[in-house]
Amino acid sequence: MKDEFKVAGTKLKSRLIVGTGKYKSFKQTAEAIKASGADMVTVAVRRVNILDKNKPTLMDYINPKKIIYLPNTAGCFTSNDALRTLRLAREMGGWKLVKLEVLGDKKTLYPNMIETLKSTKILVKEGFKVMVYCTDDPIMTKKLEDVGASAIMPLAAPIGSGLGIQNKVNIKIIKEQTKVPVIVDAGVGSASDASIAMELGCDGVLINTAIAEAKKPILMAEAMKFAVISGRKSYLAGRMKKKNFGSPSSPTKNLI
Amino acid sequence: MNNLKKIKIQLNGGEYILKNGSNLNDLLKILKKDNNKVAIELNGEIADKKKYKKIILKNKDKLEIVQFIGGG
Repeated sequence: MKDEFKVAGTKLKSRLIVGTGKYKSFKQTAEAIKASGADMVTVAVRRVNILDKNKPTLMDYINPKKIIYLPNTAGCFTSNDALRTLRLAREMGGWKLVKLEVLGDKKTLYPNMIETLKSTKILVKEGFKVMVYCTDDPIMTKKLEDVGASAIMPLAAPIGSGLGIQNKVNIKIIKEQTKVPVIVDAGVGSASDASIAMELGCDGVLINTAIAEAKKPILMAEAMKFAVISGRKSYLAGRMKKKNFGSPSSPTKNLI
Repeated sequence: MNNLKKIKIQLNGGEYILKNGSNLNDLLKILKKDNNKVAIELNGEIADKKKYKKIILKNKDKLEIVQFIGGG
């Protein structure tokens, strides 16, 4: 069965997008990406190291020609900072497909949706394809879609919390009303969380900490790959109806 | 005469001394950075990659050179 996944015209083989932060080494990052099967990874924009000129970089380990880089605005608390970051990312090598994330609070890392909406509008006008990290508020996600977001990425729970999907109802409502892809971003803690996101009908899942902070990150990357695939298949297959009483699986007739 | 002088720029939040007349390409060579792996902001404006050779740095210029790193 053909089940294509496209974001802003870009075809992706995997519905799992992974982050590249918090790993022990670039080598481990590369191995985890490989095990996850992801063909898109998020990356952050930061100052180059001036003092250690020979320090290896992410690009030495993850080839942007083979894996799609999705520049993010992690750590930005204002629209201006986010815009500045993404404009620099674009200058670095033509990255137009980006992940916008404007945070509002250092403790919860919840997004500031007013600044996020404002930034989305400007970025879309500048020709960016914007995948937007947002709260699981169906009204806000609708507004983001209306101003031209390429993907809606509601949080399952706070970034790095590993709490899993806290509001399944909202995620489902958002998926049902949204025409662009809906990708659960942030808060996934284990493989079952990823499967639940996919079973709710989401188009994809973005995971970083749950893989990087697992005891065995490479193994968890593989687990997430299968979780996303099985969750998607389960969604497409259409689950059985829930009943409150038992229903025998074997025929009750002709019992000996 | 002017070419022998040194200039002081602000690079990624710190002071950096350069030969007068240096352009952005020269600076990247000194820092051993690949043109295709960085982006530069000069005095708050993004510098066009195609013009790095033509952009001559001046005393007190404020520079930010960035790259991609791991992130979620």
